[in-house]
Amino acid sequence: MTVAIRPSMGAAHGRILAVAGYRPARIVTNAEMCERIDSSDEWIRERSGIIERRYAAPDESVADMAVIAAADALQRAGIDPTRVGMVLMATVTHPYQTPSAAADVAHRIGATSAAAMDISAACAGFCYGIELGNSLIRTGSAEYVVVVGVEKLSDWVDPHDRSTAFLFADGAGAVVLGPSDEPAIGPVAWGSDGGQLDAITMTQSLIEYKNDGGEIFPALQMQGQQVFRWAVGEVAKVALQALEAAGVDADDLDAFIPHQANMRITDAMVRALKLPDHVPVARDIAYTGNTSAASIPLAMQSMLDTGEIPHGGTALLIGFGAGLVYAAQVVTLP
Amino acid sequence: MSQEILDGLAVIVNEVAGVPVEDVQSDKSFVDDLDIDSLSMVEVVMAAEDKWGVKIPDSEVKNLKTVGDAVAYIAANQ
Repeated sequence: MTVAIRPSMGAAHGRILAVAGYRPARIVTNAEMCERIDSSDEWIRERSGIIERRYAAPDESVADMAVIAAADALQRAGIDPTRVGMVLMATVTHPYQTPSAAADVAHRIGATSAAAMDISAACAGFCYGIELGNSLIRTGSAEYVVVVGVEKLSDWVDPHDRSTAFLFADGAGAVVLGPSDEPAIGPVAWGSDGGQLDAITMTQSLIEYKNDGGEIFPALQMQGQQVFRWAVGEVAKVALQALEAAGVDADDLDAFIPHQANMRITDAMVRALKLPDHVPVARDIAYTGNTSAASIPLAMQSMLDTGEIPHGGTALLIGFGAGLVYAAQVVTLP
Repeated sequence: MSQEILDGLAVIVNEVAGVPVEDVQSDKSFVDDLDIDSLSMVEVVMAAEDKWGVKIPDSEVKNLKTVGDAVAYIAANQ
């Protein structure tokens, strides 16, 4: 006999209640970078827009950084951690296959009732997390969701690779999502293209490393021109889809916050989108580097805290990276 | 035909990299004469693909050393 099952009932809409970021203390200048790679401050600035980046301390983990950002976001939102129903961690640099970083972080921030899991969607991970968290709130699976984007990429780059070493950095950004009477997170435009798996990948797997006798530790490698072409050609169209799906005109945006991949990609994307000049564009990469999943919330926090963009304003977010994967949505800023 | 492509390419190079239109001549090297780096070159290529409906794969881009190389490739593959 089939028994009627009571369905879950969620909130009408979700919204971002607060954002917080954590930037590790150690500043790594381009001059320091050039001690290990054949490059120059001028070349790095021209090719990436990066002036300096932050590295976590050797004993500072992905989870440590996430805990600081998540706890700060909860405090800013005024939400008791026990009311969090899910902790989503977007990261590709947590150095354990299992257990997840999210379970550790949920425990350490006092989210005692929360489910927890990591998301592997590279530089799109934060936007994936926003969509997943929003869906959980709208279906009633969680009242509040913490989404953290966090990376310690300094552990996973080859410090002697002159095409990648200067790009990647460490940091964490977190948001608290909660119920809303008004729509405040637009429909997601997202997808993946595994046909370009090799565009951004590791030099080898950990199993190959083990079986090779551990000579070449796996490091990130990237086909820069291929990624640039994809980001400017294809990903920019996804941003337009997100605007259209949300019924928002580019002219009405208060902020464009793309993943901080490379200042040149941001510039080219702004040109491809024909973004109006009055829309502030996140350029946090200059002093933060490319922090993958952490870059969008870090940029959002910085732009809000400096007053460059307004609380309650409308922002277009877009993440894109290894997979290849991408996700964009229009959100109301916390 | 080639002159039309050259003129169109000059406009693209100007828009992408700010190089004066009159400096974009057939014998000029993108890298050495016009100071177009690899990322700007990708943007030039993408704009050329849109304008003339050609496909210029990444593997081909490195063979386009001079403006004349690009004009010839576009003319031959249009």
